[in-house]
Amino acid sequence: MAEMGLADIHHNAAKLEATSRGYERGLIELAERGFDIIVMDADLAGSSGTGEFRKRFPDRFMDIGLCEQDMIGTAAGLALAGKCVFVTTHGMLAAGKAWDIIRSTICYGTLNVNICGADAGLSAGAAGGSRQSLEDVAVMRTLTGMTVVVPADSVEAKKATIAASRTPGPVYLRFASARVPIVTTDLTPFTMGQAEVYRQGDDVSVLACGVVVYEAMRAARKLEDEGISVRVINCHTVKPFDRAMVSRMAVETGAIVTVEEGASIGGLGGACAEALAQVGRPIPMKIVGIEDRFGESGEHEELLLHFGLTSRGIASAIREVLIMKANGARGAREEETRSR
Amino acid sequence: MSPTPTELRGVAKVIRRDILTMLLEAGSGHPGGSLSAADIIAVLYWEVMNIRPDRPVWEERDRFVLSKAHAAPALYAALARRGYFDVRELLTFRKLKSKLQGFPDMHKTLGIDASVGSPGQGLSIANGLAIAAKRDGKSFRVYCLIGDGETQEGQVWEAAMTSAHHGLDNVCAIIDRNRMMGDGDTEKIAALAPLGDKWRTFNWHVIETDGHDVEQLLGAFSEAASVKGKPSLILARTVKGKGVPFMENNPEWHDKKVTEDLYEEAVRALS
Repeated sequence: MAEMGLADIHHNAAKLEATSRGYERGLIELAERGFDIIVMDADLAGSSGTGEFRKRFPDRFMDIGLCEQDMIGTAAGLALAGKCVFVTTHGMLAAGKAWDIIRSTICYGTLNVNICGADAGLSAGAAGGSRQSLEDVAVMRTLTGMTVVVPADSVEAKKATIAASRTPGPVYLRFASARVPIVTTDLTPFTMGQAEVYRQGDDVSVLACGVVVYEAMRAARKLEDEGISVRVINCHTVKPFDRAMVSRMAVETGAIVTVEEGASIGGLGGACAEALAQVGRPIPMKIVGIEDRFGESGEHEELLLHFGLTSRGIASAIREVLIMKANGARGAREEETRSR
Repeated sequence: MSPTPTELRGVAKVIRRDILTMLLEAGSGHPGGSLSAADIIAVLYWEVMNIRPDRPVWEERDRFVLSKAHAAPALYAALARRGYFDVRELLTFRKLKSKLQGFPDMHKTLGIDASVGSPGQGLSIANGLAIAAKRDGKSFRVYCLIGDGETQEGQVWEAAMTSAHHGLDNVCAIIDRNRMMGDGDTEKIAALAPLGDKWRTFNWHVIETDGHDVEQLLGAFSEAASVKGKPSLILARTVKGKGVPFMENNPEWHDKKVTEDLYEEAVRALS
């Protein structure tokens, strides 16, 4: 099967790296290429991916201290003066604590501020539920004019960081600090706002974003042995959502499963359901995410398994949606018979 | 040529009348906090700030951030009277499709340096502009007008630390200390005093002044401009609703509707 530009993702062979490392490399590359960027952090440079940048470009880096709201507001002022700013903090400190400033100052002013949520999803692992960032994608997605990108791995994270510097208006980039498998290569296509088909299949489409793209690929391979043909799509840009692609998937495969490392309310699944409901072709759909509950302490890998976000959980959601699809088809046939 | 203090007082009076007219036409808005800021805004826009109304986005201009964004009518009146746009636009304030939104929107109104609305956010924006100026070797100054009630917001103090820590002597904040917020006396709701001391301990250069005395204000702004290595705060003692006796010091007039009858009475009181 042709999977151009994808890394060898056999389970044990995959190379692991935090996606925030890709953010760091993207920032360094931008600065090396002479882009007038300013990187801000709120006392997280040790873990958020800005540490190396701070060492290499101290005059382009500013640690504002533990004050996320002021950091976002200061970034707004810098952007008003024409700077391209990357602000960095924990996913929920950005999306939660600083949400009003992002909304009322950054978004209302359509300012070029890139907001980087580090340690997001279940990455905070052992720190537990209060520190894990499950709602960030949903709350950032509601903001007017906000672009929301969830890179699948460190390679894609770098591309997303560079793309964000060229994207007008605010961008939310979500990164993981957990070491996760690298699924893409430098050659894998990446265009903001455009979902990419990573694996062809006819029975069902799995739409994933972030570190669970890898798990979706594994689920697809596993199900291939059962004779189920799964299409896997990396939907890294949750907003603007690629509606054209969803319409196509709906027509071509007739069933969709979304997978995200976050709340199952309002995130990628929500975006997909909103789109599907309005393309005039409702089809069976399942949302795989964390359902209306906080996370808890544990290793990142354990937590993915615990919340059903590994290939096993995704595979069972796929089987369920295929039953819905089959029932729907049978129902339609019966109705047709009755109406004769 | 610089306007005389008498001329500045005249300007402030025109701004006050414009505020009342806008609020009457709009049928809503914030009289008290707009009137208390009129003299400060007149002094800034007619004397202190280095601006070119014919080139609103001139890069070297001094910037103004209206953190107490509910005083938008005072700022709009100043911008119109300084020639940024037609004075007749003032009558569209708060109406559908108006350039003059309830709270300042830089994309809609010529002369607005930063969109503001949610309380407590202006000083952070001012800091960002000031840091950019220093990085780029530009000499423009950044003025930020903050409401006293607004300083109950935590972000103001985060920002106050940032300005001081980075030695932003190109930032001049002004607190419109009218002692009244929407629900009443600031000191009864969540006491701010001693407000000057609070800013001093945050390592700001604090200048206390009468916020309605244009000569004192001019002196304060010129002192602020001479301070090196730290940001300046002008703590301007003001009266909420200043100039309209029945509005003065009455928290009801934070956002009460101006009716035809009261408008006539208010305008008479001004002149």
